[in-house]
Amino acid sequence: MDFQFLIELTINGALTGLMYSLVALGIVLIYKSSGVPNLAQGAMVMIAAYLVWIFAGLLGTPILVAVFLALVGMFLFGMLTERFLLRKMVGQPIIMVVMLTLGLESLLRGIGPGLLGAAPKSLDLGLDMMPIIIGDVFINREYLVGGLIGAAMVGLSLLFFRTRLGTKLRAVSDNHISSWSVGISVERAVAVSWGLAGISAVAAGAMWGSVQGVDWTLTALLFPAVAVVILGGLDSIYGVLVAGLIVGILGSVIPGYVDPLVGGGTRDVVTSLIILLTIMFRPHGIFGREDIERV
Amino acid sequence: MFYRLSGIHHTRYESARALWPVTADRRIIQGLLLLALAAPFLLSDLYLTSYMLPWLIWTAAALSLTLLMGIAGQLHFGFAAVMAIGAYTSIHLTRAGVPFELALLGAGLMAALIGCLFGAAALRVKGLYLVMATLAMQYLVEWTIINVPAISGGAQATLSTPDVTFLFVPLQSDGALYYTALLWTVVVTLLIMNIKRSSFGRALVAVRDKDFAASVIGVNPLRYKLLAFFASSFLGGVTGAVLAFCYYQAVTPEQFGFNVSIQLVAMVLVGGLGSVIGAYLGAGFVLLLPIVLTNLLAFVAQFDLIPISFNLLSHIPLMVYGALIIGVILFEPLGLAKIYDNIRKYFLVWPFRHTQS
Repeated sequence: MDFQFLIELTINGALTGLMYSLVALGIVLIYKSSGVPNLAQGAMVMIAAYLVWIFAGLLGTPILVAVFLALVGMFLFGMLTERFLLRKMVGQPIIMVVMLTLGLESLLRGIGPGLLGAAPKSLDLGLDMMPIIIGDVFINREYLVGGLIGAAMVGLSLLFFRTRLGTKLRAVSDNHISSWSVGISVERAVAVSWGLAGISAVAAGAMWGSVQGVDWTLTALLFPAVAVVILGGLDSIYGVLVAGLIVGILGSVIPGYVDPLVGGGTRDVVTSLIILLTIMFRPHGIFGREDIERV
Repeated sequence: MFYRLSGIHHTRYESARALWPVTADRRIIQGLLLLALAAPFLLSDLYLTSYMLPWLIWTAAALSLTLLMGIAGQLHFGFAAVMAIGAYTSIHLTRAGVPFELALLGAGLMAALIGCLFGAAALRVKGLYLVMATLAMQYLVEWTIINVPAISGGAQATLSTPDVTFLFVPLQSDGALYYTALLWTVVVTLLIMNIKRSSFGRALVAVRDKDFAASVIGVNPLRYKLLAFFASSFLGGVTGAVLAFCYYQAVTPEQFGFNVSIQLVAMVLVGGLGSVIGAYLGAGFVLLLPIVLTNLLAFVAQFDLIPISFNLLSHIPLMVYGALIIGVILFEPLGLAKIYDNIRKYFLVWPFRHTQS
């Protein structure tokens, strides 16, 4: 067995996995605070990438300013989505919430490319295109930066949950009614978590947009992100990091060896199998909290 | 006014259980059925084959899904995969020389067997996790179909349907295709309506409302969940075969992709979960409204009053579809069927304002 090929697949897979974590982080933040599975996170990542592209590519502002403006924009976008769409769904069955976010996904997938043109836009973050070569292993520089940002964002969220606002969010994720009774505004906490999901969407959108171009295919990131979230546990931030690495590595190593044999597309199969096996054997994921159902 | 309840006195249980106890409902159904039968003579070929036919077949699909999602309460986001299994099975069977009637049955059974595998996930999890599990299975089935040349006929191949006869009528003319689809939709409709008022349907509803409570009153949830998956997948498989033979006539895996699954769920939800008339309204809305609106906009764009680029025009169906789902869920979570029901109840007691039920 070619050992070096394995190492290359593993490292690049791990970095891709960390970039999946960026997408998955938004889903976990929202689910943790409000119990809403946000299947529109892929589309939010796409919208965030379009925002960065509008500021950096169309208006020509420096990339850092563009990212900052996009952060503000997506924070507001997340808050507004919560205020005008999801808040009305409190108490509705889960299928309604799931379908609402899927409807939002279609809407955004139509609006973004419809208004700005369907052709992929290239987003230049000012990174060097040359791969880093350690020994004989090639590492894509964009993936490396993306992976580092992914890890940093997860770390930041972990720190955030230790602040005053973060403690409130943790209380809200525990129980809405008891949070209300001690004077925490549940509505505001949920809105903040949507805003934070918007911020993580900007990080994901900028990195993935620079890797594969900005167009509607960014919404397809939802699927690996869902696998990450299910495997790690729907309400666990640690889970995002660990599961991101697992999904990324398995999704890179297995196709690396199996794809030549069966003719491609194994990555989606690996992702599907991760979702299925997790749900079969440990539905709440590695770190997730087990739901106890009361009759 | 129209729906006169006076003079309807039930003296036997059979009459109380009738499908349409109100005369006006019966008349409407008779009128609609006559219209549907006369459609090939009333509509142009274009309208018949590109609007009526897909509407009927997708209604049958939505009805099969509503049996599972609305009546039995098991969420399913991979129904297009079930239909794909039916479509491919029927094509391969008829190519091997099996008569079309038996091929339809085979398609249903194959889809039901594999559909029960989807159901196996339902025995362990429910709600959101079931959504994710069925979604993953959708991808697996899709990948298997694409990557096994024996099923799909090779990568990126389209498999055209062979010429068949159904009940001694060759399925070639538009009329024959239309009447086959109509027959199947009517059969599914009557089946679902009768399931809803039978003990089987009531057991499914009990499982939907609370599976623990259902098992306390003697309804085995595992058995009924699996049965629901079996029945619904069987209907879905046959519908997939009808869709392949009567509408597409050449199938590719993309016709049964993930987006189609979402579209089916949207039809069920927009129409109203578990409602028969809702399946008709939902399928019509989700399928036809984006087309109609795009045509309307293309018509307006001809006059250059407002600038609409071709790119924007091609994305408008997607936006309309998304906005439609959001709008219905926000403003009428019970779907179009509830709107119809409100209108019906208004006329039920017309000059007065309030109904008892």
